[in-house]
Amino acid sequence: MQKLLLEKDNVEGIRFYETYRREGGYKSVEKAFKMSPADIVEEVKKSGLRGRGGAGFPTGMKWSFIAKPEGVPRHLVCNADESEPGTFKDRYLMEFIPHLLIEGLIVSSFALGSNVTYIYIRGEYAWIVDILEQAIAEAKNNGWLGKNILGSGFDCEIYVHRGAGAYICGEETALIESLEGKRGNPRIKPPFPAIKGVWDRPTVVNNVETLAAVVPIINMGGDEYAKIGVGKSTGTKLMSACGNINKPGVYEIDMTISVEEFIFSDEYCGGIPNGKRLKACIPGGSSVPILPANLLLKTSKGETRMMNYESLADGGFATGSMMGSGGFIVFDEDQCVVRHTYTLARFYRHESCGQCSPCREGTGWMEKILKNIEYGKGKMSDIDLLWDIQSKIEGNTICPLGDAAAWPVAAAIRHFRDEFEWHVLNPDESQIRNYGLAHYAEPLTPKGELV
Amino acid sequence: MAEQQLFKVTIDNITIEVPAGTTILNAARMIGGDVVPPAMCYYSKLQNSGGKCRTCLVEVSKGSDKDPRPMPKLVASCRTTVMDGMEVKNITSQKAIEARKGVVEMLLINHPLDCPICDQAGECDLQDLSYGHGEDGSRFDFDKRIFDKHTLGPYIQLHMTRCILCYRCVFVADQLTQTRQHGILDRGERSEIATYIEKNLDNDFIGNVIDVCPVGALTDRTFRFKNRVWFTKPVDAHRDCPKCCGEVRLWMRGDEVFRVTARRDEWGEIRDSSNGKTGWICNECRFEKKNTSDWVIEGTTKVNRHSVIAQNKYVGLKRPPEFIEEVMDGVKQRYMLDIHNVSEVNEPEIRLDLIEGPAHSEDFEIADEKREEKENK
Repeated sequence: MQKLLLEKDNVEGIRFYETYRREGGYKSVEKAFKMSPADIVEEVKKSGLRGRGGAGFPTGMKWSFIAKPEGVPRHLVCNADESEPGTFKDRYLMEFIPHLLIEGLIVSSFALGSNVTYIYIRGEYAWIVDILEQAIAEAKNNGWLGKNILGSGFDCEIYVHRGAGAYICGEETALIESLEGKRGNPRIKPPFPAIKGVWDRPTVVNNVETLAAVVPIINMGGDEYAKIGVGKSTGTKLMSACGNINKPGVYEIDMTISVEEFIFSDEYCGGIPNGKRLKACIPGGSSVPILPANLLLKTSKGETRMMNYESLADGGFATGSMMGSGGFIVFDEDQCVVRHTYTLARFYRHESCGQCSPCREGTGWMEKILKNIEYGKGKMSDIDLLWDIQSKIEGNTICPLGDAAAWPVAAAIRHFRDEFEWHVLNPDESQIRNYGLAHYAEPLTPKGELV
Repeated sequence: MAEQQLFKVTIDNITIEVPAGTTILNAARMIGGDVVPPAMCYYSKLQNSGGKCRTCLVEVSKGSDKDPRPMPKLVASCRTTVMDGMEVKNITSQKAIEARKGVVEMLLINHPLDCPICDQAGECDLQDLSYGHGEDGSRFDFDKRIFDKHTLGPYIQLHMTRCILCYRCVFVADQLTQTRQHGILDRGERSEIATYIEKNLDNDFIGNVIDVCPVGALTDRTFRFKNRVWFTKPVDAHRDCPKCCGEVRLWMRGDEVFRVTARRDEWGEIRDSSNGKTGWICNECRFEKKNTSDWVIEGTTKVNRHSVIAQNKYVGLKRPPEFIEEVMDGVKQRYMLDIHNVSEVNEPEIRLDLIEGPAHSEDFEIADEKREEKENK
């Protein structure tokens, strides 16, 4: 199993410049500065790298869209506002190997011609700001940042900007607004940030992991990178696994393993503790649809589901999900899907920016209904009402937060409707015990003795 | 100057040529009538407004001649510019109508529906919207969110419960006045228009926030609870004002001036004044000149909107052209509050004074039969 990003995360002192450099760090900058910016973009295009923040948009293509008007500065912004429940991969990267991000930022800034580059970091990651700023200072002292880097005539400064605790600022246009010092409301697109971003200048916003992945791409070449993985899911992906698993944590996978292997192998999550059985899983962070165990391990066509963009999305939203940002949340048989959906609805109600009406009003409405169902006060008609509300939010909002709020509710009702109905029909019983597995896990082969 | 490029756009099977850069909504307004999507937050005189309320969602079934793919989602027509050869579906798209119903329902779930005591009733955009595009009843059976009332200075009252967060008043303060003391506090469901903390809105042109408010969230304190808008008569008047254009609309009853507003066009937006200035009026004209002697009266005016205050009241009211039958295979237009079509009370054949006791529906049924007989003959 090839590791690219987390190859040296166990090396003592990799957080500091001396060790990082000794372990072969900043080689990609030396290599990149001998290339032309257009060549770097071309390499990234060849690598087939897809955005790791959730949407999976090809990074090389995004970079080639940036407008290049004369005399207008361009900016690269690193989106480190990782607030998705269940996702913590960027935190791991920034906390333990900050120089990898700095290195990727220098190369990407050079490719895009950004002299002033920002890292917009989530406000709650307060201590990571110090780590990053220390890393930036170290890089600057050693001549990797500042004026005339490596004698190439290219100037670059990196600034760390702290958010103030809003999930919505992970959306790229809201992030830009917030970076400009305004209220973090998403902008209405078009114009896209590639044309008018920070201070109306062309801007590229990329996820931390995407920018870190630029380093191995430059080191090994785009073609070599593209050979890792399968199909359009090239390279490696960081997965932050959590929930009912033996070994929660951040894992680097090369997108050729199956979901079953990821959950049950000892190399990764290590199976489900206490001999419980798998009930459901959210494969890509809280916004993506939840999948019951039978659809998670096998697609509706009966093929083995693999850990990559295409396979996880196989079957669309009816029987599939999304890779998302890689927040892998596993549920065992003791978890209540209604309660989980209510928790997520509460999160989205709290994080909606309040700009456009379907999301502002709809998220609050869904939360209230789900709360009723969860606490045994629901009606049967509430389930259909929930379905109707989510369908009226989805696709009708300015930014993807509306979709992100609607999808988990939709998927929970789609796959776990009987659990919702059981909650409505057994209001008292639902307060003292859980619905359990029901038929979701039936196609599974038993794992362990306790079934 | 280069000749302006014209784009051909088809909205609900009606084709029109508009200058490049026009939004779909404005193109639809050029056609007029039923194909115009409703707009609650868009205000053509305010930059950056629009895109927030999502009532103007339309389906784009063909992107342009060059790229004929349909757009995957419904788009906000107020912020989407037309492309050459674009085909837009508004009232002919079931998807758009459904989405709009959803938006109207969501706008109303936390709205107090206190129209009987609201000063905006009768000229409220939300009333028009919910009547024209909403469904009967609401499926929301929870407590509505409430806010405290705020008095923003001597002239303006804020009822945050009624607000639909269109941001228009924020744009007015940003674009018309030198300082902005109010804005959005908090986020999501709890977001509110407020000053930080408890300041007065004190600026020469801040009174315009009342005119742009589509609902009764910002009301005129000098007019509150004095009269219903449909009892007052709109009269155009002007005065020589050093600060603003001085062209206003007085709302009078008898000789008494109840309130002063700017002049509005048929979309409820401020109209440019006759001497080419913008039509925004200053606080002095709006709040302090409440005598007929302050004004040069130009005469009663027509309120060119399909609202309660305009209905059947003003002679010579020009209805927008009606395309609905044409584009929707003979589906008849639904008139807004056209009581004369649904009730026979005003039918001259029925003399209410000749009916013994109170009039019942049967009395009118008899009249209906009589009329049918007459028509058959």
